[in-house]
Amino acid sequence: MLSLIVFLPALVAAALSVLPARLGPSVFTGAWTATGLVQLALVGAVWADLPATGYGAVERREWIPSAGISYHLGVDGLSLPLLALTVVLFTATALYSWRQSDRPKDFVLLFLLLQTVSGGLFVSLDLILFFLFFDLSIVFMYFVIAGWGTGAPAREAALTFFLYTFLGSLALLVGFILLALAADTPTFDIPTLAARNPLAGGGTYAALTLLAIGVGLGVKTPVFPLHTWLPPAHTEAPAAGSAILAGILLKMGTYGFVRIAMPLLPASWRQFALAFVIVGVLSVIWGALVALAQEDLKRMIAYTSVNHMGYVLLGLGAAGMVSADSEHARELATTGAVYQMVSHGLITAALFLLAGALHDRGHSYAISAYGGLATRIPRFAALFAVAAFASLGLPGFSGFIAEFQIFAGALDAVPLSTVIAVTGVLLTAALFLRATSRMLTGRFRVPDTPGTPRPFPDLRAPELLAIGPLLLLATLLGLLPRLVLDVIEPAARTLNDLVAR
Amino acid sequence: MLIPLLLGLPLFSGTMLLLGRPARGAVVAGTLAAAGTLGVAVAAAVERPVDRVPLLAGIPAGFAVDGLSGVLVILVPAVLLASLLVSAAEPDLRTGRFHALMLIFAGAMLATVTSTTLPPLLMAWEVMGATSWALISYQLDDPRAARAGTVAFLTTRTADLGLYVAGGAVLAGSAGTMALADVATLDGGWLHVAIGGIVLATLGKSAQLPFSFWLSGAMRGPSPVSALLHSATMVAAGGYLLLRLAPALDAAGWAAPLVAWVGVATALLMGLVAVVQDDLKQLLAASTCAQIGFIVLAAGTAGTQAGLLHMVAHAAAKSVLFLVAGLWLAALGSRSLSGGLRGAARRHPIVGTAFTAAALSLAGLAPLSLWVSKDAVLAAAATTSSGLYVAGLVAALVAALYSGRALWHVWQPAPTTGTAGPTRLARSATAVNVVLAVAAMGAGLLALGPEPLRPQPPPHAGELVVSAALALAGVLLAWRYADRMPDPAALEGWLRLEPAARRWVARPVLRLAALLARFDERGLARVPERTGRAALALARRTDGVGERALDRAVGGVTGGAQALGRAARRPQTGRLHQYYAQASVVFALLGALAVLLIAVR
Repeated sequence: MLSLIVFLPALVAAALSVLPARLGPSVFTGAWTATGLVQLALVGAVWADLPATGYGAVERREWIPSAGISYHLGVDGLSLPLLALTVVLFTATALYSWRQSDRPKDFVLLFLLLQTVSGGLFVSLDLILFFLFFDLSIVFMYFVIAGWGTGAPAREAALTFFLYTFLGSLALLVGFILLALAADTPTFDIPTLAARNPLAGGGTYAALTLLAIGVGLGVKTPVFPLHTWLPPAHTEAPAAGSAILAGILLKMGTYGFVRIAMPLLPASWRQFALAFVIVGVLSVIWGALVALAQEDLKRMIAYTSVNHMGYVLLGLGAAGMVSADSEHARELATTGAVYQMVSHGLITAALFLLAGALHDRGHSYAISAYGGLATRIPRFAALFAVAAFASLGLPGFSGFIAEFQIFAGALDAVPLSTVIAVTGVLLTAALFLRATSRMLTGRFRVPDTPGTPRPFPDLRAPELLAIGPLLLLATLLGLLPRLVLDVIEPAARTLNDLVAR
Repeated sequence: MLIPLLLGLPLFSGTMLLLGRPARGAVVAGTLAAAGTLGVAVAAAVERPVDRVPLLAGIPAGFAVDGLSGVLVILVPAVLLASLLVSAAEPDLRTGRFHALMLIFAGAMLATVTSTTLPPLLMAWEVMGATSWALISYQLDDPRAARAGTVAFLTTRTADLGLYVAGGAVLAGSAGTMALADVATLDGGWLHVAIGGIVLATLGKSAQLPFSFWLSGAMRGPSPVSALLHSATMVAAGGYLLLRLAPALDAAGWAAPLVAWVGVATALLMGLVAVVQDDLKQLLAASTCAQIGFIVLAAGTAGTQAGLLHMVAHAAAKSVLFLVAGLWLAALGSRSLSGGLRGAARRHPIVGTAFTAAALSLAGLAPLSLWVSKDAVLAAAATTSSGLYVAGLVAALVAALYSGRALWHVWQPAPTTGTAGPTRLARSATAVNVVLAVAAMGAGLLALGPEPLRPQPPPHAGELVVSAALALAGVLLAWRYADRMPDPAALEGWLRLEPAARRWVARPVLRLAALLARFDERGLARVPERTGRAALALARRTDGVGERALDRAVGGVTGGAQALGRAARRPQTGRLHQYYAQASVVFALLGALAVLLIAVR
């Protein structure tokens, strides 16, 4: 079942590749959308069958037995929400790209491959398989940015992105090998390693392993100070690429922490939990402050991602601060961190798609170039305002549920860091309200450079169909959190038990 | 069943109106929803339902209507309904967006007052702030309104951070379910952290010092919004939460006196600010801060019932004043007391009379409602500290001054020049204001009514006489000197709190942000590039120096080997006599070596 979900997009891509490119965009985007919808139904079936504990829908085949590598797939409460997020975001992106006019065939094929790779990563239960998907995501995203970005700067940004994250993935590989070699019989199997806990004693070897894995995942997440590839990549990427980059690819980093770093290196995680908390808080504050100073809408959203991912690290770090009666708090912190991954994916993807829709019309991301949009394009304005408020953590949207749990869970363990991180909520409010009121209210103003089309239409049906459901889901998760918490909480408890042993 | 209906009806109908944005019918739908909510609210206040749904791990969302919240559960939809009825007279406000936001606000406020655990309280609390932002910046083409909305949201959210921290503190202090009732019994230092956070959040929301300035900007919103959010309900929510948590304030020790003194200081200073305002809405806003100061004072002195009574009385009076100010603004196009509003009450005698009744009540004139409620508050304050009582009395005198001054202006003979004649006001709006004004006068009778509103301790007769005399003196004084009052710039500018906040908070943060952004873009972001360059340079150098040296070394080794080889070939001449000679020389050398070794041994 999982194999089908993961490789369905790749199969569709293979089938589409034989079709001639002149067929027009709707054939390709239509097939892409249909793929996403089928995947969505399949994920729904997996969700319904998820066991209360352990992994569901497990598949395992020998691959390279001599090195302890197997093709091992499975989902639990940590990965299933992210798998669902992947499918939802790709489907939304497909709808958004309905009118893709620039080389639609290549564009769709590339995204379908990226879709397979992203889904595959979240269900991998083998380190090498995980690494493979991790690396391929970088390769495909490089082509998206370089091929559909805005010219020469895009290629440069794509190269920076590639080199930076690729180097990170090398560190990750080193960490994985160190981890596998620590077991009596080398194995890359994640559940086996978690059960055997070969580095239970901690020590320098374990610390170096955590360092390598932490740097590898930290680049991808990204955390301060490894985040500088992110803003240029986002600025130059096409809207669909940005949405997937922020919504899915960043989660690969944070997901790696909960799937690999924490359960496989529990002793070191506990030992260095404070370091992760500090990196998280630095990311929160740095990301928010730098975002506040941005004049470019996309760069601003990109930096808020650094801020939001910082909360995840704060929560996960706090979950490593094990003490006698901290069980409830640590459960909240871990659950909140996982919830934040899903929430950020939905909201930030919506924001990036909105920014893309604006760029399609005005050919500029400069915040100061726009004004009074609410009077002329009310649907855009309404969705942008909703997305902005969702992103600044307003209750009623998913971000609040995530951040509140993280703060509540972390305060006892790391009071000072948490109080500092809470101010991030205020900074994001400031930056989003600033952008919102500058762009949406006042006199109507749009960039008036030559080549700007005169009419400035409101959001069209494909854009609405892509962005609306994302925000609807963010609202649903904000009002009825039990829908997803019931899945995440048992897995979070299991994870915390693994960390605390 | 009643709780989901109570919260769901306004929230759901509001959301539907917001999504649907119907071209017509919004007024009817919105008004019906408000009326329906009021009906459910009355039933809920009688039935006192309790409800609890799972929210987070081990932390439910609890709601209950009890004596305290029951009063607000009725008050909120009542003022909502009145505001919507009056706003129907303004064409700009007959939209789905306006009604939707007002309904969502009311739903959030109802959730705030009925929450029994902290997470739903915080959620509703912040949603109120967001609807306040959207309603202040309702006029989308007015950038100043948008800026005022931003200031209001950011100021209140700054204070709200306290509630976020309080959430963690409540959990850490061993109240695992985050129930508000458990706050007073938290362990150790967490009690102080939780109370500190809650006090911060409530002072911000209630526009108490030093946060008062946001309410001044909020007056850029439509007047019915000011009537509902920025006087009767939302700003009162801070006072309400403090009243609800009065036992916990006591338990923390320092919190109750702090709250009481902040409340009385706001009542006094913001009252003085109100005295010098020429803009009627600014006057009313400053007076709102001051009046809510009395509620906060009550919370700090355990006068829960008195505070609640004052909240109801003030809500009724202030909503009339704001709604009439809005009608006048629409009809006369002015908010200036000395300008366009001169003689406004003479032009529209019916609403003018309603305005007068509410203003006299606000002044604390006997036997009107605020006379009773304020004295109830002061009676509770007197049991704690005579200093608080005296300061409160002075603040009461100031309230009479600004009320009297506003009345003097609107009853002056109208200038004959200018507008052609009285613009007719909508009958429904007039009727609503008359009803509200009657309520505003009579609300004091509630002191004899249900238990949550019956003040403990009741005010003494002597206190009542003193304050009635003070109020009368204040109004007469204001009437006499209304146009000759000094107006110090600091008071007129709301104590210059907003410029101070901009200068000491907003600007440094923005500057720091710009600095960090520059470092991020020019420093950090260049690190990989520089590393790459350094790696290239290192590679070139390795190529230039290391590689050549290595090359030379390898060359040297091969050259040396060749030379050695050549040298080794020399002795191999193939001639036997030469080999003998070589052997004899070698043996001679070996022999000499042996002799030398033996000799040395």
